[in-house]
Order: sequence, then C-alpha cells, then structure tokens
Amino acid sequence: MAEFSLRGLSKSYGPVEVIRDLSLDIPSGEFAVFLGPSGCGKSTLLRMIAGLEALTRGEIHLGGHRIDVLPPGDRGVAMVFQQYALYPHMTVRQNMAFGLRNIGTAAADITQKIAAASEMLEITPLLDRKPAQLSGGQRQRVAIGRAIVKQPRAFLFDEPLSNLDATLRSRTRIELARLHQRMQSTMIFVTHDQVEAMTMATRIVVMNHGQIEQVGTPMEVYRRPQTRFVAGFVGTPAMNFVTVTGAEDRGGWALVHLADGSQVVTGVPFAQLRTGDLTLGVRAEDIRQGGDIPARVDVIERLGERTLVYANLRDGSTIVYDEPGDVEVAIGQDVHLTIDGAHTHLFDAEGAAIRG
Amino acid sequence: MAKVGNVRSADTAGIGVPRGVNMLFVLPYMAILLVMVILPLLLGVWLAFQDYDMLSGWNGFVGLENFQNLLDDRIFRGTVRNTILFVLMTTPAFVCLGLFLALALNNRLRRSASLRAIFFGSSVLSVTIVTLVWRLVYLPDRGLLANGLGVFGLKSFDLVTSETWALPAIAVVTVWWIIGLPMTLFLAALQQIPADLYEAAALDNALRTRTLLSITLPSIRRTVLVVAVLEVIMQFQLFGQALLITGGGPNNMSRPMVQFIYESGFRDLQLGFAAAASQVLFVLMVLGALAQTWAGRKREG
Repeated sequence: MAEFSLRGLSKSYGPVEVIRDLSLDIPSGEFAVFLGPSGCGKSTLLRMIAGLEALTRGEIHLGGHRIDVLPPGDRGVAMVFQQYALYPHMTVRQNMAFGLRNIGTAAADITQKIAAASEMLEITPLLDRKPAQLSGGQRQRVAIGRAIVKQPRAFLFDEPLSNLDATLRSRTRIELARLHQRMQSTMIFVTHDQVEAMTMATRIVVMNHGQIEQVGTPMEVYRRPQTRFVAGFVGTPAMNFVTVTGAEDRGGWALVHLADGSQVVTGVPFAQLRTGDLTLGVRAEDIRQGGDIPARVDVIERLGERTLVYANLRDGSTIVYDEPGDVEVAIGQDVHLTIDGAHTHLFDAEGAAIRG
Repeated sequence: MAKVGNVRSADTAGIGVPRGVNMLFVLPYMAILLVMVILPLLLGVWLAFQDYDMLSGWNGFVGLENFQNLLDDRIFRGTVRNTILFVLMTTPAFVCLGLFLALALNNRLRRSASLRAIFFGSSVLSVTIVTLVWRLVYLPDRGLLANGLGVFGLKSFDLVTSETWALPAIAVVTVWWIIGLPMTLFLAALQQIPADLYEAAALDNALRTRTLLSITLPSIRRTVLVVAVLEVIMQFQLFGQALLITGGGPNNMSRPMVQFIYESGFRDLQLGFAAAASQVLFVLMVLGALAQTWAGRKREG
C-alpha cells in the first residue's frame, strides 16, 4: 500500500501555476528523490507535503490519513532544511528536545531519544554546543538528529547537501543511504543534483515545469528515459541529441540518417515511428572511435579514469564521447566515430521517447 | 589593460607606505571630532571646577564647590529624581510598546504598511508642534481627554497642573512622539530572522506563544538591548516637552535636569554651576547605559 498518496495537487501563486495536477504514490520505506532543475516546483511540492505551503487543489494522504488539512506539526513528518534552520540560541540538545517538549514528551523519554539519535549520528560530544560552534557537516547531522528524535512516519529533505563541500557531500550521500537502510522509513529528498538522485534514490521522480516527467528506479530513468527532458537531465555528461532525417526500415529497426549522410541503425522498431521531426539521443559511453562519422576534436576533459572528448560533426553540432583516461587525443584532430545503435533513443517532435 | 601592474599596486597601497600618509585620510574627521566634541567635553569638565559667571567672568578655581552647591540645592535634587523617574517610565514603554507594534505590523498587509508610516510619522514633527497638539488633548473641560472621559461619565482634571500627573503626562507625549524609532529598529531585527526558523518551529509543534518566547525574542535580544540603551541616553536628556508643557511645574515636580542646566547657565548665567550639573547628568547617563549593557550580558551568560 502506498504510504504517501498525492492526489491531483495544484499550486498557483496568483496567475502563475507552479504545480499542475500532480498525482503520485510513494510506497512505504522508499527513498524517493524529487529531481529537477530550479523552478520546476520540487521544493514547493515538498513544502506542500510538510504543510509550509497551502494547496490550491488536491489532497495529500499519509499512511491512510488525509494530512493536507492538518497543521505542519501534526502531519507525522520531519523536515531537514537546506540551511538546516537550527535554533541559533539553543544548544544541540535543546534543538533536538524542542519538538519533543512541545508535544509534552516526558523528560526521561527525551533524554533517552536524544542519546540514541546522537549516538547513531556520532554527535554525542557536540550536545552542549550551539550551532554557531559547529561546522557545516556537524550542523547537517544535528538537523538530521532533530528530525530523527521525533520518530516521524516520513522524513523530508530539502536539498540538504547543497551547502556542503564536494568531499563532505559525497560522504553524507553514503551516510544518508545507510541511514535509510537502517531506519527503513519513508524518505523524500529534493535535489537538482542528478548524482545525488542516482546514488541515493530507490525511486526517482523527475520533475519539470511543475509536472512529473518520469518516475522510476535510477537505472530505469537512466536507461529508458521517457522524454527528451529526462534523457538530457539525468547522466553526466548530458546525453547527445542529434537531429536526424529519413528514417528507413532496416530489418524491423529504424535506420536514421545524420546530417553528414552517415547512417545509424537504432534500437527502436520502425513500426513505432510516426511522421515528424526526429532527434537521436545517444550517451557519451555509446560512442566510440573507429567508424564512418567524421568529426573534429574541439575540447578534451580529462577526469582521470575517463576522458570526455567534445567533437564537432560536419554540420557544426557538438557531440561528446567517452574515452579511457589515458587516451592519446589532441584538439583539432580529425576522428571517425561510430554510434552503438542498440543503445540509442529516438525522440519525436514533442520530446517523447519512441519505444518498442 | 596595459597598466595591470599599476592597478595591482593601488590595491595594496597601504602596505609599505609610511604611516603618516595614511593619517592624512583620517585627519579631516579627527580635526572636527577634536574641535567639536573632545575639546568642548574637556572644557566642560574644566568649567565644572571653576567659579565662572557670564557677568563677572572667571573668578578662579573653586574645587568641588559647584558640586557641593548642587548637592545642597533642593531643586536640583528634585530634577535628578524627576529625570530618573521619567527614564524609568519611558524606557520600558519604548521597549515593550515598540516591540508590540513591530510584532503586530511585521507583515505584508497594506494596512500594516499604512500603520507603520503613521506610527513613524509623528517622529518627524518638531517638539513644538507635538506639545501644542497635546496641550489641546490635555486641555481641562474642552480637551480630547476631557471629552473622551466625559463619554464614560468621568470627570477629568488638569493633568498638567497636577503634581502627581504632570511627569507621567509628559512621558505619554514623549512615547507618542518618538515610538517610531524603536518600532522601526525592532521591525528591522524581526525581518532578519530567517523564515525557515519559523517553519522548523511549526514542524516542531510550537504554538504562537512558544514561538514568540523561544524563537523570536531570543533572536532579537541584541536589538532589545540597543533600544534600551538608546532610549536611556535619549530620555535622560528630556527638555523641550517639559519646558513647553509644564515649564517644570507644578512646584518643580516635572522639571528635568537639562532644564535646570539651561536655566542655571543661560538665565542665571552661572556657567561653572551649570557645567557641574551637566557632569552629573553625564555620569548618570553613562551609569544607566552601563547598567543596561551589564544586565544584557548577564542574561546572555
């Protein structure tokens, strides 16, 4: 049964509609990540669930109860804010106790819950410090601790990693994933960083313009993007998009022509094609040197274990492909590329993926 | 772009340049500060120990005689009492009422914006106009206060000529006049509190009173202190309102220290005596401000 059930949610600020008729079910124990560019409505959606934004239309249910009519504190959710929102004049212990004291928890219970949570998060030595005396990573842990002690039905995270430096961010990603495995509670995590989404999520909800583009496991979203937007947003580097013409039937598969005349046999059944412009989508790792597509190397990005080569095709469009870390390649060099057709995607004029 | 080297040397100009050159930048301000503030201050201290009369001129050093005379002066002792009472009446009112108004008007409603402007508006009026308006309010039998009380069948008396009520009446005028500044300072402080603290508090089940006591007040504690110190310093200098409303009466019961200094110095022309009274006021103001700061520090612990 779905733990969270969002039904027909809409949110407007005056004439501007930021969430449009959005429905979504999140099963119990999921680590759901709302992923999308800034302004896509993901944070607003989270804040609507938390009760910090009013709904224009729709209902939110949690564990079988309608919660969108309840005040934030009564919804059974705890939230970790982007800027942590720790109470600056309270010690870590008081920060964690505040919510429990407000609902009349017995002092002994509070002590015991704080002890358990701070041990799990390894912040016991910090309990008597104030937030200003903590580093960014420590504040983050305290913010999570403040959520944990309330033992909520669900945790909400609003881009909590965006204020951490790169090293700490990747470490916290692992810790959050571990925390989720250990607590087995439902978590909703909002981010614009697709790496965070791919690494932590059990289910990614890709959002754009206030609507859901695709819901799926990280690998589903990566391997079988349903729209051109999802294909371009998930994965680093972004998927290459090449305008193609003249689709033909080649043994049941669609064969398309690139601007320079070279051909690619795609993994898309020809029978599914409709009339209209087509765009070929191909990831960097599915392009290799040694084929018949001529290109000239423009920019080389060496990442250590792999090298990203940006090359210009004959028609001037840029395509990026993967090479091993120590590949010998020079800017201005002429290369010939081949595209692994089986792993390509075709998108129609509306940006929807064509599938078999 | 050809002069990159010069640009860089300008950025680091302070380093390696003789110190005297940097002093030139400070000089204009230092000169004015010295001539207009420090020198008069020291001159005032010096004057307090002299027998200096505007008519007979300087009659030499008299040690603590001026202070001894002040101590023996019943009227002066009365003004010290009046001034301290006035500060005790107005400062808490400024802090509490200013905070209350700020809390009530700290929102985006158009109504609140108008009210903020109205409450601040009276601050720009001159003391003459303010006292004139309030003379009309306090007018026995015909004033606004008398008419207002009349509605409830109560009879008003003349506050301004009452030994008990003259000083509180001046305090009310003062609070009405310049409540805008503390209100604005509190509003600025309230708007500095991050919104997500309130959101976190809402998720933590904190009700309104709890949020006010546990989130809002601790967050603006410094501003409370600033307003309190500022008002202590300002209200010790009560002068215009008292002079224009009661003239210090009845029976000196509303005469403030500054009026005493003014009258000794400018009416009786006893400059040394007036300077000594000023030093007493100065010490009281410093003590008042220190007490506030000390209390604030202690609470911060």
